[in-house]
Amino acid sequence: MEIKLFITILFSTIFINNYVLSQTLGICPFLGVSKKTDSAAGMGFAVIFVMTLASVITYFIYKYILLPFSITYLRTIAFILVIASIVQLVEMAINKLSPSLYRALGIFLPLITTNCAVLGVAVLNVDSGFITKEFGLLMTIVQGFGAGVGFLLALMLMSGIRERLETADIPFNLRGMPISFIIAGLLSLAFLGFAGMSF
Amino acid sequence: MSIKKEFLKGLVEKNPVMVLGIGLCPALAVTTSVSNALWMMIATTFVLTCSNILVSLVKDYIPSHIRIPVFITIIATFVTVVEITLKAYQPEVYTSLGIFIPLIVVNCIILGRAEEFASRNGVFISIIDALGMGIGFGLTLTILAFFRETLGANKLFGYTLIPGFKPAGMMAIAPGAFITLGLMLWAMNRIMVSRKHKK
Repeated sequence: MEIKLFITILFSTIFINNYVLSQTLGICPFLGVSKKTDSAAGMGFAVIFVMTLASVITYFIYKYILLPFSITYLRTIAFILVIASIVQLVEMAINKLSPSLYRALGIFLPLITTNCAVLGVAVLNVDSGFITKEFGLLMTIVQGFGAGVGFLLALMLMSGIRERLETADIPFNLRGMPISFIIAGLLSLAFLGFAGMSF
Repeated sequence: MSIKKEFLKGLVEKNPVMVLGIGLCPALAVTTSVSNALWMMIATTFVLTCSNILVSLVKDYIPSHIRIPVFITIIATFVTVVEITLKAYQPEVYTSLGIFIPLIVVNCIILGRAEEFASRNGVFISIIDALGMGIGFGLTLTILAFFRETLGANKLFGYTLIPGFKPAGMMAIAPGAFITLGLMLWAMNRIMVSRKHKK
């Protein structure tokens, strides 16, 4: 019973409600880092990591600090500060533990603080009422992880297409941002097909 | 002269969405109707103006290495003010903008203006800069919302335009947003190029 629920959450955050392509969250890094597949993969994995961690930590902060003291209106301030410090901590930890991983992910980590998908997943965890439910912690973890995987998927698809665009003959005025937006629109149209999926 | 220049720069030459390519998430997400776009403009301009005033007042007292967390805290405070005010006086707007009100915090326009302009200039000129940037952002949103609302819902400010006409539902969801913004950027590039030719 619960397993089915977790699978539903996972698939719906990856495919049906893909954070980038159907909810238009995290567009800045989506368009900024999708020029090369290598850097897209690096950014995607960094986002999965930070999103999962941020979901867990904001869950505890909301449940054990904001709710008992009834200061839930401080949600936005608390969450953004937590995310900024997580990103900073993760950056320092990776630098100490694995310099090679740091070289691969390092430059993307500071960018994640202003990625609205990360704050978005933390706020959505609260809004969808996961905090007060049974197995709430697991649900937030699954939703955070799924959102990250969805982001990675969208980024990889986009970078694959954009690498091929380099050699394509595009009208001059359409080059750069305009064609990227139109391709993102077509990709998101394709993802609309998943809306019919049900479990 | 300089005041006029600082104000107009946000509208055309350095328009945040069309030229700098920042603040794209709210631009794509809340433009399903013109009234949503206008409310977003009011909320963002308010936060931008207040944070620019405060940042330019305290800029000399902030150590440079912790300035980003301080700026984010300042911005998050004003976003919380907007959030609570809208919830109390405009509950309909609060529900229709939804998650994108707390996400004003991670709108790169606001942090970008605090870092790039308000932390280097006086209070008065920072207000002008904030108003110009906020209105430039809002105007782009309004144009985008105009196309999406008329084509996607056959409505304008909630009034039906052509009775009995079936609207193109795709324009009201994510793919329509991406493609419309792509076409707008294309038109913008075309106009810019023909202007350069005239000179």
